[in-house]
Amino acid sequence: MLDRFDALLLARIQFAFTVSFHFIFPAFSIGLASFLAVLEGLWLKTGKDVHLDLFKFWLKIFAIVFAMGVVSGIVMSYQFGTNWAVFSDKAGPVIGPLMAYEVLTAFFLEAGFLGVMLFGMQRVGPKLHYLATLMVAVGTLISATWILSVNSWMQTPTGFEINAQGQFVPGPSWWPIIFNPSFPYRLLHTVLAAYLTTAFVVGAVGAWQLLKLKRGRMIAHREGDEPTELGADLARSATAARKMLSMALWMATIVAPLQIFAGDLHGLNTLVHQPAKVMAMEGHYDSHPDGAPLILFGLPNSEEKRIDYALEVPKASSLILKHDPDAPLAGLDTIPDNMEPPVPIVFWSFRIMVAVGFAMLGLGLWSVVARLRGKLYRWTWLHRATVAMGPSGFIAVLAGWVTTEVGRQPFTVYGLLRTSESASPLAAPAVATSLIAFVIVYFVVFGFGTWYILRLMNNGVQVPEPALAEGAGPIRTAGITPGPTQLTGA
Amino acid sequence: MGINIDLTMIWAFIIAFAVFAYVVMDGFDLGIGILFPTFGVGKERDQAMNSIAPVWDGNETWLVLGGGGLFAAFPLAYGVVMTALYPPIIAMLLGLVFRGVAFEARWRDPKHRAGWDFAFTAGSIVAAFAQGVTLGALLQGVEVADRAYAGGWLDWLTPFSLLTGASVVCGYALLGATWLIWKTEEGTQGHAYRLAGRFFVLTLIAILAVSLGTLGLGTDYRQKWLSTPAIFATSQVPLLTAILAFAFYRSLKKRREVAPFFLALALFLMSFAGLGVSMYPYVVPNALTIWDAAAPERSQIFMLVGASALVPIILAYTAWSYWVFRGKTGHEGYH
Ligand code: HDD
Ligand code: HEM
Ligand code: HEM
Repeated sequence: MLDRFDALLLARIQFAFTVSFHFIFPAFSIGLASFLAVLEGLWLKTGKDVHLDLFKFWLKIFAIVFAMGVVSGIVMSYQFGTNWAVFSDKAGPVIGPLMAYEVLTAFFLEAGFLGVMLFGMQRVGPKLHYLATLMVAVGTLISATWILSVNSWMQTPTGFEINAQGQFVPGPSWWPIIFNPSFPYRLLHTVLAAYLTTAFVVGAVGAWQLLKLKRGRMIAHREGDEPTELGADLARSATAARKMLSMALWMATIVAPLQIFAGDLHGLNTLVHQPAKVMAMEGHYDSHPDGAPLILFGLPNSEEKRIDYALEVPKASSLILKHDPDAPLAGLDTIPDNMEPPVPIVFWSFRIMVAVGFAMLGLGLWSVVARLRGKLYRWTWLHRATVAMGPSGFIAVLAGWVTTEVGRQPFTVYGLLRTSESASPLAAPAVATSLIAFVIVYFVVFGFGTWYILRLMNNGVQVPEPALAEGAGPIRTAGITPGPTQLTGA
Repeated sequence: MGINIDLTMIWAFIIAFAVFAYVVMDGFDLGIGILFPTFGVGKERDQAMNSIAPVWDGNETWLVLGGGGLFAAFPLAYGVVMTALYPPIIAMLLGLVFRGVAFEARWRDPKHRAGWDFAFTAGSIVAAFAQGVTLGALLQGVEVADRAYAGGWLDWLTPFSLLTGASVVCGYALLGATWLIWKTEEGTQGHAYRLAGRFFVLTLIAILAVSLGTLGLGTDYRQKWLSTPAIFATSQVPLLTAILAFAFYRSLKKRREVAPFFLALALFLMSFAGLGVSMYPYVVPNALTIWDAAAPERSQIFMLVGASALVPIILAYTAWSYWVFRGKTGHEGYH
């Protein structure tokens, strides 16, 4: 019994670890693929160097991010069977086909066109190459659609029947399964999250480059000036850095408020379908018959079932969730103990996400002020803040998923299949060994990958490409500009 | 036993197809990873790597389809097999992590290139070996009770599964070598010819050993292969294998460039057909038939609609991307 329990806990830790690592890469590659499609489109339309410079720069980073996303994703798709065999047997008839569609419509599309996107410019020409870039970008979005439908079904299962073997099987129509109640909200919120994540990374790289150039006192200080005191090559790098900063901060300005709005809608939907999760997010141990307070901060005390040192805004929670300050809100006291999610984790992860969301909004607004004053490229503190916010998207995304997933506990299929009844009959030593192996391998391999990405980011857009030097490897798409050719046959 | 063509059979066939597509496509690029240390540092290695860089991701996606398809069409088998073969499956996944990242990393970091080349080779060997072990462990049978795996976590480890592991490594190396014959020239190609010859011999030995080993595993297999009248049909498999082996030998002798690769694929196809004879009608030998493990009809129909529309399209654009990178590969990388 004890052994079984340990194996379960280890399997949960392993799943949480591997999926968190996996999702860091899609969060970036979904946004980056779209960004690359925009850049290449702009280049084809305007013919300006800066778009091509940026395209080539981010393509190198994309290649590494994508590879890490692929290999960590393959791990995920097998992990359902290795660690969650009972869940696989029971839920497979419903979610398996959706995941198979993901492979058929998204993964093959991404992978099939990736080679051309990375290496094929010279061979197929700009138009077909652009098509490949678009296909990869569309593929990442299709992939998000299916996998989020799967995850949402596990959160808010609909459209199924239960057969004699206790399996979930599809009902007469697939629509209620695919378009289950939380899916539209989760899809919108997650795709916006990926775009924001990418925008903040791009903005941070732009700001970092501007700070570096400024530190070298190499950049013209008057707004609007082309930075001409630099050599022509450095000027091109500086133009690219400005472009990144500006594009990214426009994204932040527009998308951050949308994301907060989408998050609010998502929360209202969750209140309907998974009220216990919202109670945990809000820290409502007790029911509030006439208006629930919004607990801004406090220390959840799960022994005593109360929030210590709570800092509250009276009635605000009812106002947000019910649009009526006096509306009654039920608390966790109405939920049986064995169906209660772990409150402290959900409470904190939700606050981290929301705080990051508002910080993003703040930076967006600050950038608008800077633009209006014509100082977008000059305010050093704005640039520093943008650099500091670079990783913020990843933090919010992980915090969001932790809220969603831990808030769903103790179930894998909400209300129907318990996590404790989902796991494979494995011995604890087997799972412990694999967990340790995953931790070591992921930190080493993805650590190196991340290090290379950071190094590329630190170098920034470099003209001419230093990689043209001998032996520096596959130079993406340099076929657009003159470069040595590699064809010996064909 | 009458054979009804039903949805479950069709799905078994589709998954077998996905697995075979995976074996031939990722087979040759894993094979290049296995052979990597025998190539000279610099030009030869770069050339070998470049010959697969644009296609490896697409190749590996067939593994996702094989696994994902099993999950969707035979959820019970997916759960049982993955649990029973937990250590080799995890080893395979970790191997794939190393080699997948090495594709990019070795170019990004000349200082540690030797390290990444090692990761590429080690990852490829581990993944190939683990796949072979999985196969052998499946053939020798898996204990199932109550819709779940009922054995211990090291049951898979036997001399037979180690033999199949080693066999798959040899087979993939053969595929990799013949791919390089096709895609490279000069020194690298000459080297690939020599490797192909050696691994051809090893692969033949492996095929023989695994075949005899399988017959030794149980009366069931002997019955399927050796009882009359089955033997008139089943004996075609070794016969064809022998003919193909001879053709392969001649194509190497004559220094043909493309034929060896396709003949090696045909050899794989024969082994695969043999596997089919041994396994059918089981998906987990002697425990679950494909019908025991099948998903309900509604799931199967829903996916069949998608698969029959999409697989041809996938094959078409995959073929296109191979076509884009046709011809010999240089060693400077795809500029
Ligand atoms: C919202 C988006 C999203 C989410 C929640 C997930 N993934 Fe993912 N996944 C992607 C978005 C994505 C992607 C954008 O499509 C990736 C990332 C980088 C890439 O190569 O494709 C990807 C890659 C990727 C691959 C490799 C595909 C290939 O071979 O090209 C697999 C097998 C999975 N994922 C499987 C999973 C599983 C089983 C998940 C859940 C447990 C999961 N992903 C969560
Ligand atoms: C990609 C972003 C995701 C992250 C960061 C994430 C995070 C987590 C975390 C932290 C847990 C552990 C909860 C706990 O043990 O209390 C968990 C559980 C789980 N998640 Fe997710 N999740 C993600 C996406 C998904 C998706 C897309 C699926 C389904 C396809 C999924 C399926 C599951 C399952 C089955 C469990 C239950 C097993 C367990 O409790 O550990 N998750 N996830
Ligand atoms: C202040 C604004 C925000 C609010 C009110 C909000 C609200 C929510 C809620 C209620 C959930 C849980 C849904 C559920 O499972 O029931 C959630 C999940 C999530 N959030 Fe947010 N969020 C905000 C900002 C952000 C930001 C800025 C990001 C990332 C850049 C983000 C990324 C995510 C992700 C990835 C999930 C998990 C997937 C999902 O369930 O949609 N959120 N959010």
